[in-house]
Amino acid sequence: MRLSKAWTVASKDFKTFTKRKSILYSIIYFEVIVSICVPFIIRFIASKPSGAAILPTFINAFSFLYVIGASLLPVGIASYSLIGEKVQKSLEPLLATPTTDEEILAGKSIAAFLPAICANCVGALIFIVLVDLFTYSTLKYIYFPNWDIVIVLFLLAPLSCILSVGYNVLISSRANDVRTAQQLGTLIILPFGAVYFLSEFNVLTLTTNNMLIMAAVLVVIDVIVFYLVKATFQREEILTKWK
Amino acid sequence: MIEVKNLTKKFGEITAVDNLTFHVAEGEVFGLLGPNGAGKTTTIRMLCCLISKTSGDAQIAGYQIGNGADSLAIRKLIGLVPDNIGLYEELSAYENLDYYGKLYECSEGDRKENIEYFLKMMDLWEKRDQPVSDFSKGMKQKVAIARALIHDPKLLFFDEPTANLDPESAKVVRDFILKLKKDGKTIFINTHNLDEAQRICDRIGILKTKLLAVNTPEQLEKTVWGSRTVIQVEEINDQILAAVRKLKPKDLNVEENRIILTLADPQKENPDFVQEIVSAGGRIQYVTQLNPGLEETYLKVIKETK
Repeated sequence: MRLSKAWTVASKDFKTFTKRKSILYSIIYFEVIVSICVPFIIRFIASKPSGAAILPTFINAFSFLYVIGASLLPVGIASYSLIGEKVQKSLEPLLATPTTDEEILAGKSIAAFLPAICANCVGALIFIVLVDLFTYSTLKYIYFPNWDIVIVLFLLAPLSCILSVGYNVLISSRANDVRTAQQLGTLIILPFGAVYFLSEFNVLTLTTNNMLIMAAVLVVIDVIVFYLVKATFQREEILTKWK
Repeated sequence: MIEVKNLTKKFGEITAVDNLTFHVAEGEVFGLLGPNGAGKTTTIRMLCCLISKTSGDAQIAGYQIGNGADSLAIRKLIGLVPDNIGLYEELSAYENLDYYGKLYECSEGDRKENIEYFLKMMDLWEKRDQPVSDFSKGMKQKVAIARALIHDPKLLFFDEPTANLDPESAKVVRDFILKLKKDGKTIFINTHNLDEAQRICDRIGILKTKLLAVNTPEQLEKTVWGSRTVIQVEEINDQILAAVRKLKPKDLNVEENRIILTLADPQKENPDFVQEIVSAGGRIQYVTQLNPGLEETYLKVIKETK
């Protein structure tokens, strides 16, 4: 597989997204809400008398929103990237070029993965700075960075993002319009949302160990999804069965 | 350039293309005619290595279709204009062509040069930075053709190139294909526009799952209909008809005051028939060769397979 070819495919998609404001806005809205609004909720919790005791649980649970973000943000991009090609009937000329299925798939995956992860990292940086600013006087120590946020940002978020990209490729192979693909694609956040709520209600504690176990499970699921995607993204299948 | 032998494609139980055998020489324009669902697009897709064959063989410039390594080499050699234009509507004409130039591994210099050349030739250079979504269908089709030519392919596949175009745009596209023909490109066209096929193609194949006939448009007419001579006589009577029958034409039809003869060798036989009719007292108004046209020929071939 030639990475330069995959990058060419991804670059074209990046260019398309900059012209599709709805995709840009969906990324910006999410990051603004999680990275700027949520720290103000944390600030409010910190101002309570019991703030110091409950803050770590809340901050850890809120940090998990970046795992949800990493699975949610590629939905719009991945579904548009593939369904857009379907709707515009541009898959046939694309497949007629000397580019392999793997290169096209890699390009489409990079196009969905990179903006989501980059936006997540930028948002997380703002989140970390604001949380530290708002909680220092209550906690009397700088909360971030710690291993938990490292695991969230550099292990769980990329793994959930990969899963989301793969899942959305599978959805896109069956869906006929972008909206349906996005609605079905959004379902990927359900398991991550469940983990978030369980941690908010203290049913599940997001300890370092628990998050590493989650990461291991995600690796296994990602591998399974990868093979399913590879089987689905075949030239002939795309032209004759993707309607 | 293209060698096809017993090529077959089945989708489950359905046979889309059955036992196709033909060849296309370098610099030739070959047209595949057939009704909807005849297997024209499937044939192009197999030859462009987009879908696999079920059986048989096909070679493009010596490369075998269905062979993984050869498939990439074939796709480098060819340009495809599919029936659906398939441009990226948000991108400009320039960006669309630049993207495909990169996918076809053209150098930056070649890309710039070719994009400018084709957009100027197609009268779209001034609109190069406008999103393709603002273009008319004809303009989009021109960009799609430029896209297929961006890497200067040896062989071009056109799948219904003028379908859904207004007559003016269709003429622009046809003229451009004729220019490519002059430039010596090998061209394979799928169409059900018979007039277009007759004007553009050196040879035509009539496809309806099976290849029913292949030849030049003129030879196709002769093969299907035979050579027919029309002799218009002022008044036809039994004496004239008896004189004509005496010379034993392959077939004889009479329509009003016209005698239509199917002959093996019209140049040799026509004078004898004229002489006989005149001797029988007939006054000949004119003698001409009957050209049924490609449309009638095509319809006859298709009808005979039903």
